[in-house]
Amino acid sequence: MDFGFILSSAAGELFSPTTAAYALATLGLAVHFGYTGLLNFGQAGFMAVGAYGFAISTLTFHVPFFVGLLIAVVCSAIFALLLGIPTLRLRADYLAIVTIAAAEIVRYIVTTNQLTSVTGSANGLAAFEGDFYAMNPFPPGTYIGMNNRDFFIRVVAWIVVAVFCLLVWLLMRSPWGRVLKGIREDENAVRSLGKNVYAYKMQSLIIGGVLGALAGMIFTLPRGAVQPANYGTELTFFLYTCLLLGGLGTVLGPVVGAMIFWVVLSLTQGILYGLIESGTITWLNTVQAGQLRYILVGVALMLLMIFRPQGVLGNKKELAFA
Amino acid sequence: MRSTTSGLSHRRRGRLLRAVGAVAAAVAALLLVIAPASGAATPSPTPSPSATQFTNSISGFLRGDDRAPIPGVTITATNGDFTGTAKSGANGAWTIGVPTQGTYEVKLDESTLPQGIKLAEGQDNPRKVTFSQTSNLSVIFAFGKGIVVAEQNFGQNLLNRLVAGLSFGLLLALASVGLSLIFGTTGLTNFAHGEMVTLGAVLVFAFNGMHLPFWLAILLAVVGGGLFGYVQDAGLWKPLRRRGTGLVPMMIVSIGLALAVRYIIQFYFGGATQQLPFAQSAEILIGPVSISPNNLLSLLVSAIVIAALGVVLLKTRLGKATRAVADNPALAAASGIDVDFVIRIVWVVGGMLAALGGILWAYYRPGVTFDMGSQILLLIFASVTLGGLGTVWGALVGSIIVGIFVELTTVFGLAADLKYVGALFIMIVVLLFRPQGILGRRERVG
Repeated sequence: MDFGFILSSAAGELFSPTTAAYALATLGLAVHFGYTGLLNFGQAGFMAVGAYGFAISTLTFHVPFFVGLLIAVVCSAIFALLLGIPTLRLRADYLAIVTIAAAEIVRYIVTTNQLTSVTGSANGLAAFEGDFYAMNPFPPGTYIGMNNRDFFIRVVAWIVVAVFCLLVWLLMRSPWGRVLKGIREDENAVRSLGKNVYAYKMQSLIIGGVLGALAGMIFTLPRGAVQPANYGTELTFFLYTCLLLGGLGTVLGPVVGAMIFWVVLSLTQGILYGLIESGTITWLNTVQAGQLRYILVGVALMLLMIFRPQGVLGNKKELAFA
Repeated sequence: MRSTTSGLSHRRRGRLLRAVGAVAAAVAALLLVIAPASGAATPSPTPSPSATQFTNSISGFLRGDDRAPIPGVTITATNGDFTGTAKSGANGAWTIGVPTQGTYEVKLDESTLPQGIKLAEGQDNPRKVTFSQTSNLSVIFAFGKGIVVAEQNFGQNLLNRLVAGLSFGLLLALASVGLSLIFGTTGLTNFAHGEMVTLGAVLVFAFNGMHLPFWLAILLAVVGGGLFGYVQDAGLWKPLRRRGTGLVPMMIVSIGLALAVRYIIQFYFGGATQQLPFAQSAEILIGPVSISPNNLLSLLVSAIVIAALGVVLLKTRLGKATRAVADNPALAAASGIDVDFVIRIVWVVGGMLAALGGILWAYYRPGVTFDMGSQILLLIFASVTLGGLGTVWGALVGSIIVGIFVELTTVFGLAADLKYVGALFIMIVVLLFRPQGILGRRERVG
């Protein structure tokens, strides 16, 4: 078993664009659930809206990169509005069911064969990332063991994550952020102070959703392809695992959580595959090893929620639930 | 407002940890029996990631206009550089495994047809077929000159879909009544209910693979579903209730459980679609309605089971106790009802109903997969929300509406791969105007 390779590929996951995308989407969830107490189970839908909004506007309408980015962000804001109007006045579990249903509706719509010319149905869309890489300021060469494309997407992804972490941090220590936390603790108390709780919740839903959409773009850009199968309900559940790992009501928690999630997944895969190849484990094949990792994710989510709901960085007093 | 968990003793902490482990172990043990079973039941042993075995398939029956099967006919399916070939068997059946869902060109080699049999007029050969979201696609070739392939009469089609929808709705009701009872008595929105549905079908497949009689396999699977409900409540939910864990954390725990159980099932069962015995059947005509015997049987079974459940809930002491707990647990406990016992019974019954629903769902689709339950989980939620969270009759009404709606949307021009979208959309619209659902009471919305 090549421990050097296993460790280096696990370390590579620390700063991979996928980890950045998970961190950003989880940050959106932290705004929703950690700070406002909104139980959004449709973050995968927001990511899909972002990724498809960008890919479709680039491929079908041939708009420049930043216009496509703007369209994706606007689409996700509209999606948040549509979700929020019927559900934000209702109890938390209604929002959960409606958001998960809406995310699945998005996935069904981009999968249907009726819209193959626009969405590419089950095969998805590809070759929309040209404009992005055309902006690459790094000349071809090797940067810390990566080519200039891989290096560029990592730099951009983590700058975006850092900027939004800062932004969320500033927002949450502003008076606006304190109202959000107040809503999380006691909605009626905040309402009795004359605040429009509905409007605050809607703003929170939109901000977190836009973060999800940007994460969806970061997720698809390095792959150069967007496929509906990536945006199932499991994605949202993995994001919740990251959120609970890192800490609900924190800014850096989502980043730490996403890093731990991917490093652990990579480590377990490397070790299990190594043991199988060396013949130490014979009761498992490599496909089953992949499934074993997701069993661990599920069990980890349960144990975290039961025994350490505040995660690595969180504060037990700042939990979004009683 | 917040319950403190700091006072939690290490002893209890350990007990809960053991409990979580026990649930996982129970599922694993229940499924262990499948590992040898799946090998026995399929011609090619346990699904392996070899290139020749695919999770998706295109299949059909070749029958002449005298309904006699046509064996030995070669059929090919092509998509890009993939080509799959099959020869129809002695019963006229053919299946081509394909790597991905999508559009395929299916061609019947007319030179391999027996003498005197020809494709009917107007039958495209080769033809393009498209599928997504189902793992199996049926392609029908009509033979002989006696068959006219006309557009199906609209009224006839409507009636057929209506009955199919009723059948689907009632099987959904089996699962959603259980979910609704659990929600009503414990307040938990159980995301692992889809896995309870899957378990029923997977267990029938496993027991059938062990060459048990078919009726015994079904009986054992339903008992297994009840057992899973029992273990879940005893090992996980009751300790969590004791701790005073909030409803939102419990919901997230149920998501973790759903993920774990889904992948445990996949671990043993594999990613392929398997068929239960008697899954293929020709449609029969009853009056003006054309329906497959399986759907008819499923309709009758679920109607009888739900009626029996209704009688139990309305007439027996246990049923009254259950409704009392659903209405107000504290008051029920004060009136001398053993709330924990009632909740335990509800979990067992919910597990059995979900398992039965899963078996019927395996025949309705048709096929058993590891994620078949999570595919209809949202439809179950939609039914329960539509009818009113926590009300049993609401869940029944909601399920029938969702089932019929899903089937009817295809009659009115919605593409088949979008049929679930309509039901989910209706749920969101209903929440806009009547958040308590059709039969729910306003106070539950909160």
